[in-house]
Amino acid sequence: MLRLLLVLRPRRARGRTLLSAAGIALGVALGFGVHLVNRAAVEDLAAAVRSVAGEADLEVRGGRGGFPESLYARLASLPGVALASPLLELEAGIAGADRGTIRVVGADVLRAAVLQPALFADDPARRIELLEPDKVFLSAAAAESLRLARGDRLALVVGQRTVELEVAGVLAASSLRGVAALTDVATAQWRLGRLGELNRIELRLAPGAYRDALMRSIAALLPPGAQVAAVETLEEASGTPSRAYRVNLEVLALVALVTGGFLVFSAQALEVARRRSEHALLRVIGLERRGVARLVLAEAAALGVLGSLAGLALGYALALAAVRAWGGDLGAGQWRAAAPELRLTLDGALAYLAAGIATALAGALLPALDAARAPPARALKSGDEQRMFEKAAPPWPGVALLAAGGLLAQLGPVNGLPLAGYGAIACLLLGAVALMPRLSQAVFASLASTRQPSLALALAQLRGAPGQAGVSLAAIVASFSLMAAMAIMVASFRQSVDEWLDAVLPADLYLRTTHAGDTAYLEPGFEARVRALPQIARVEFLRTGRLLLDPARPALVLIARDLPPDGVQRTFPLVGERYESKPGDPPAAWVSEAVADLYGYAPGSRIELPLAGRNREFVVAGVWRDYARQHGAVLIDRKDYAALTGDRRANDLALWLAPGASAAGAAAALRELPGGEQLELAAPGEIRERSLRIFDRSFAVTYAMEAVAVLVGLFGLSSSLGAIVLARRREFGMLRHLGLTRGQIGAMLAAEGGLLATLGALAGLAAGGAISLVLVHVVNRQSFNWSMELHPPYALLAGLTAVLIASAMATATISGREAMGTAPVRAVREDW
Amino acid sequence: MRRRAFLLASGALAAAPLARAGRVEYPAVLPRRLVFPRDHGAHPEFRSEWWYVTGWLDGPSGFQVTFFRARPGFESENPSSFSPRQIVLAHAALSDPGRGRLLHDQKAARAALGLAGADEDTTRVWVDDWRLELSESVYRARIAAREFELDLNLAADGPLLLQGDSGFSRKGRRPEEASYYYSRAQLAVRGRVNGRPASGIAWLDHEWSSAYLAPEAAGWDWCGINLASGGALMAFRMRAKTGGVHYAGGTLRSADGGLRRFAPHEIALEPLRTWRSPRTGVEYPVAMRVGVGGEEWRLEPLMDDQELDARASAGTIYWEGAVRALRDGREVGRGYLELTGYWKPMKL
Repeated sequence: MLRLLLVLRPRRARGRTLLSAAGIALGVALGFGVHLVNRAAVEDLAAAVRSVAGEADLEVRGGRGGFPESLYARLASLPGVALASPLLELEAGIAGADRGTIRVVGADVLRAAVLQPALFADDPARRIELLEPDKVFLSAAAAESLRLARGDRLALVVGQRTVELEVAGVLAASSLRGVAALTDVATAQWRLGRLGELNRIELRLAPGAYRDALMRSIAALLPPGAQVAAVETLEEASGTPSRAYRVNLEVLALVALVTGGFLVFSAQALEVARRRSEHALLRVIGLERRGVARLVLAEAAALGVLGSLAGLALGYALALAAVRAWGGDLGAGQWRAAAPELRLTLDGALAYLAAGIATALAGALLPALDAARAPPARALKSGDEQRMFEKAAPPWPGVALLAAGGLLAQLGPVNGLPLAGYGAIACLLLGAVALMPRLSQAVFASLASTRQPSLALALAQLRGAPGQAGVSLAAIVASFSLMAAMAIMVASFRQSVDEWLDAVLPADLYLRTTHAGDTAYLEPGFEARVRALPQIARVEFLRTGRLLLDPARPALVLIARDLPPDGVQRTFPLVGERYESKPGDPPAAWVSEAVADLYGYAPGSRIELPLAGRNREFVVAGVWRDYARQHGAVLIDRKDYAALTGDRRANDLALWLAPGASAAGAAAALRELPGGEQLELAAPGEIRERSLRIFDRSFAVTYAMEAVAVLVGLFGLSSSLGAIVLARRREFGMLRHLGLTRGQIGAMLAAEGGLLATLGALAGLAAGGAISLVLVHVVNRQSFNWSMELHPPYALLAGLTAVLIASAMATATISGREAMGTAPVRAVREDW
Repeated sequence: MRRRAFLLASGALAAAPLARAGRVEYPAVLPRRLVFPRDHGAHPEFRSEWWYVTGWLDGPSGFQVTFFRARPGFESENPSSFSPRQIVLAHAALSDPGRGRLLHDQKAARAALGLAGADEDTTRVWVDDWRLELSESVYRARIAAREFELDLNLAADGPLLLQGDSGFSRKGRRPEEASYYYSRAQLAVRGRVNGRPASGIAWLDHEWSSAYLAPEAAGWDWCGINLASGGALMAFRMRAKTGGVHYAGGTLRSADGGLRRFAPHEIALEPLRTWRSPRTGVEYPVAMRVGVGGEEWRLEPLMDDQELDARASAGTIYWEGAVRALRDGREVGRGYLELTGYWKPMKL
């Protein structure tokens, strides 16, 4: 019977059915695609930890500075340690313009052969080859992206010099991940200028050793800045830093799916209305109430299956394409992942199949209940379809939902995820939708009647059939509020980044070595020469480092910077309260918002930072906004840093030109300095442009998914409006008989669509504004630990509103013209 | 990791083409008088060196503890303490007929940060907590392997057994194909195996060279037997790649200390029975007839399966096992037999 019903549907209804199936398909596709990519990325991250840790149980890590190699000897001979494998792992700059960095893994190849056998399994002779001086094996990804093969030279930037290593071969893709090179620890120490240092030790427990006790005794031996952790923990934690971003994408996919559910709702609601008499007839010939509901739900389920299956296939294709185009982090630059391998699993596919079907069923639930509830005798009468949803819902569920949304927005993150924030958005959205029937009744009732017949008729229709208007309004409010919220959030973010870039780029010219990873730096002699250049009025140097405060989190960036005489706020945008140092205080440190959030540091708190192997006390003087280093950064005065560590090297410098000097002239003078030819110089404009480009790229996928969600909503809007109009064919015939012209009916429909869309857009703007507040201040802050200012894009919002109203009017008019295509006599005939 | 495997590794070290680093000039092995205790210690300038303990424990079962030292073939100015100037490798195995196969484990490390090394003044060589040391006249071997633990004292009360010409032992037809080589036979073993008291009798070889294997040789057969009479027998043959014997040598010391050295033509090592490994398909002559200067023994293995698959670490497969020496069907000695180069001929 189901098939019969589906087949018997008129062609237009079938088109609408297919459209709602497409909505479900799109939602499922986005969800499944994101799920596939995320899972592959997470597995890839964990595998990356495992591939270097090998068969180790424990891992000791230091910051970039690492620790003295004598620690390795001590730990290796500790009772309970069966095997120890020392590593010096650095992100080294690749010589040549814009070639990026490569992770150089310096391992004791003889130890690694036992503890990290995957590196040598395919060729045991490799460890012998690697004992030779200056040899490296490249990861498959590095060989491919650098176009290097056995016998070629890998040129790295160390300090301001270039060091060449010989490529002895290429490793299997599974044994070393990402752009990386394996070399002997002796070569790494010597060639990368880190004699006597290590920054990682992998340890295997002796049989019967008690892990926790051993970890405690190791921790007691570690210098400040080094941490010990179980490899299992690190594997599990490897996905944590990127989790908020991944969840964000999953929620967006969910929004697309929910919008698909709305599509099903509007399609089924109108379908139920159209077939009200048909259902009544079925009731009369003996079908029970439940049977009618089941019929509607069965149809929805069929839609769900169809849509979900198509969605699974589409999702897999999307995931494949996305990973190829953007890599496992989908272009966000959140973590380094070479294209990870997608793995289809039954449970994942089944979960999304179920989600698609459930969404379709949920969308059809209200129409199904409505169809079951209608008394057959009355429903058989013509014109009864106007009655559907006429009983306006009480306002309290909507008000309660809005209130719950407001409350949820106040809560903190759960496990580092803004779950309450997502809940708040859902509540606000549903609350607004639930209130719409009441609101529309109130608004349309309060509008003064007019003598203009088209407008008067339109108002009368909207007042008289609030149910139908409510269905369209729900679609408008849902999609438009999301669209407005996303637009406000993105505009606020971009504007905030823009202003932030202005604040952090005050100088005339910048010189950087930090693009070249951990190994490039400027010598004090170079600094003196730069300061002596006549073209330069003022110059500020900065030294960067990495601090590991928690082994399960990525290292923090340490920035030791020459501070301008007029204070730190000139260089770094401080937010919130500040702490004025008192006499006797330790040196000041300024922490980025991420550090403040993740580690709970507030202005005035005393913190310890491990510098050069010793814990040093600092006082937090302020919190600054940092969009560049997501895992957190700590800023200190370079004078304090140099005094505490004796390290007088620098990584970057910002310089202000002397009056009359040109940027080009200063750049040329810098390049002529010894060691200057390798340096990367940039004007603030270039850095800004590049940063914004990176910003746009990292949010490209987010934008694309938002656009899809909104498009699905707009489809729903136009299809439901069109359907309502088509259902009123007889009414138009009647109006024509009463003497109205086609033009007047068209104007009436345009007025109806326009009024509905205007109300929907205004309500959507209000709800969207509230949701954008949650996005900006709760979801973004808790996901990424950065704050931003609200910058609504007024022009864009006005434009979107205009487009929405215009498209609603156009849809109504065009559908009306179609509906009036039949002669008035035929249109009303079925009434008799 | 046995002699052959070890040589494979050090050969690769020496032979690989070098971009920047200079090649090491290893000293040649020339006839000289060995001086003790200095020559019990390491000779780091030579390419390779080993201290090789094999023995029988009451039970009976066989055991083997070996420390190798290798000097890689490249010069480097790298001042890093990890710079691989000397590599120490250790190998230990237990032949228990109750298990029917070898238990074995190995370690390899560069001599760095005190975690591995070989002293020059007397025998003291170690990798992590594995070590072999000589103090007074007792060697102490301590091995904590994955599947077994050895802590053995080997009393070396008897005289040194200088192999070849007073410790200068030729291995091939060219004069540089030679080693410095002495043995200590009839070592009384006392100690613990897996914490349980154990005793037995053992044999120690200390040998160092810069060119051990002639290019024409594919591998070798070697045996060292403690004779029940109190005597000691050592015999080896280097097998040519083309078949036949490339070189051979041997020594027989009687219980009263009388020493006989044999020229290559006086040595005979002939397979009596072969065993094919079900794992690797390699066939080994596990029972042999040994003849030196007119005397003859029959070597029968404690068990057939004493094969060692070290492809994953040393890149080779060989047979190293406890054997009985029989004469007229009667056991007259116990020792070890080593069969290398039966899997693939050696590449140097």
